[in-house]
Amino acid sequence: MAEADGHFLELRGVQKRFGDNLVLRGIDMDVGEHQVVSLIGGSGSGKSTLLRCINALEPVDAGTITVEGKLISGPGVDVDKHRRDVGIVFQSFNLFPHMTVLQNITLAPRQVLRLPKKEADQRADGLLERVGLVAKRKDYPDSLSGGQQQRVAIVRALAMQPKLLLLDEITSALDPELVAEVLNIVRELAHEGMTMLLATHEMSFAREVSSTVCFLDEGLICEQGAPEQIFTEPTNPRTQAFLKRIIAAGRL
Amino acid sequence: MEQFLNTFFSWSDFKASFPSVLEGFTTNLSLMFVAEACVLVWGLVLALLRASRSRALAPVRWLTIGYIDLFRAIPGLVLIYMIGFGIPIAGVPWIGDWSQYQLAALALTILYGSYVAEVYRAGIESIHWSQTAASRSLGLSQGKTMRFVVLPQAVRRVIPPLLNDFIGLQKDTALIGIIGVLDGFRRAQIYAGTHFNLTSFTGLALCYIVITIPMSQFTDRLLKRDQQRMAARR
Repeated sequence: MAEADGHFLELRGVQKRFGDNLVLRGIDMDVGEHQVVSLIGGSGSGKSTLLRCINALEPVDAGTITVEGKLISGPGVDVDKHRRDVGIVFQSFNLFPHMTVLQNITLAPRQVLRLPKKEADQRADGLLERVGLVAKRKDYPDSLSGGQQQRVAIVRALAMQPKLLLLDEITSALDPELVAEVLNIVRELAHEGMTMLLATHEMSFAREVSSTVCFLDEGLICEQGAPEQIFTEPTNPRTQAFLKRIIAAGRL
Repeated sequence: MEQFLNTFFSWSDFKASFPSVLEGFTTNLSLMFVAEACVLVWGLVLALLRASRSRALAPVRWLTIGYIDLFRAIPGLVLIYMIGFGIPIAGVPWIGDWSQYQLAALALTILYGSYVAEVYRAGIESIHWSQTAASRSLGLSQGKTMRFVVLPQAVRRVIPPLLNDFIGLQKDTALIGIIGVLDGFRRAQIYAGTHFNLTSFTGLALCYIVITIPMSQFTDRLLKRDQQRMAARR
C-alpha cells in the first residue's frame, strides 16, 4: 500500500522538545522503499531523537510521521502494531541479560506475532546462521563480545520481519576491530533491499551504502542529497565545516 | 554462673519442654509459609500499582502510597492485636468469622506487603529504561514488557533484601501468641511460668535459628549459580 508519491516513510514538520530544549525543529524527510538513508551530524544534532520518534519511543510535539500513508504520531495510534513493522537497533545493544540469545530473538515473535515455539526457533536459527552465531544460541549476552551482541540485536530486530529498520549509531560502542563484522551485515541487508534509516559516524560506510545522506544540525536537516554530492561538494557551509572536522579527525 | 546456665540451658528442662514447644512451633512454621506466599503476591500487586504510569490509575497510586506509609508505621504487635481481636468483634463481613490463625496471616500479609512492595518497586525502578525501550520497540505491550523483561530482572536483584524482610516476618510469627494462638511462644511461656526456668525459650530460639540460617545460605547459593550462568563464557 504505497502512497501516491511512493514514499514509505514521510516526516513533515516534526518537532520534539525536552523541556525548554527544542531538539528537532521541524524535520521534513522522505524515505522510499528499499532506500538506505543515512543521518550524519554532530552529537546533539538530533539524530537519535529522530529515530526514536519514528519508532514512537518518543512522542512528537508537532508535525506528522506516516508509514505507508498511515499516521503513526499523535494520540490514538496503536504504537505496538506500528512497532511490529519498524525495527530499531540501539547503540548499546540493549539485549535482555536474563535471556539466552535464542530467547532474546524469539521473545517478540512468540509474544507479539504468536508464532509457535518451533517456528520462532527456526526463524531465529536461520538468521543466526546468516550472521555466523548459531553456536551461541544458548549463550547469555554477557558472555558475548560487543560485536556479537550487536549482531544478535540486529537479528532480534529482523526476526520481526520489519519493513523498516532503524539503526542508531550501532557501531559507536564497539571496539574498532569489531565494527566491520556488524557493518558487513548492514551492507548485506542494504543489498537485499531492506529499507533502512541509520544514524552513523562511519562516514565511509554511509557513503558506500546510502542512497541519500542527510546532514542534521541543531535539529534541522541542513542538507540532503546523494552521498557523492554531500561528501565531495557540500553546498551548505555547516556541512562543509562538519566534514572538515571529520576529515581532520581521520574518520573519512 | 551455674544459676545462669541452669536458667537458660538446663538439659532436663529442655527435654521436658521441647516437644511441646516444637509442636507449637509447627503453627508458626505453617504461618510463615502461608504469610510469605501471600506477601509475595500482595507486595507485587502493590508495587505494580505504585509503579504504574497511567494517568487513569493515579488515584489508585495515591491510595497505594498511603497504604504503604500507613502500615509500615504501625508496629506488628499492635496490628496483630487490633486485627486478631478487632475483626471478630466488629463482625466484618467475609472475614469476621476467620480463625485467629487466619487473622494473624492476614495481619502479617498487610504489614509485610507494605515493606515488600517497596523492595519490589526499588527493583523495578533499578532496571534501566533502555531495557523497556528495547522491549517496546519490538512491539511488546507495557504489560508484557513488565512481565518478560523488567520483572524477571528486578526480582533477581531484590532477592537479598526480600530475604531480609522474610526473616523479619518469620520472627514476627511469634507475635500470634498474644491473640491466643497456642504457638511456640505461648507454649514456651507456659512452661517457663510453671517451672520458673527459661530453657523452653532457648529451645524456641533454636527453632527459629534452624529455619533462618539455612534459608539465607540456600538463597545465596541460588543467586550465585544464577549469576554464574548468565556470565558463563563458553
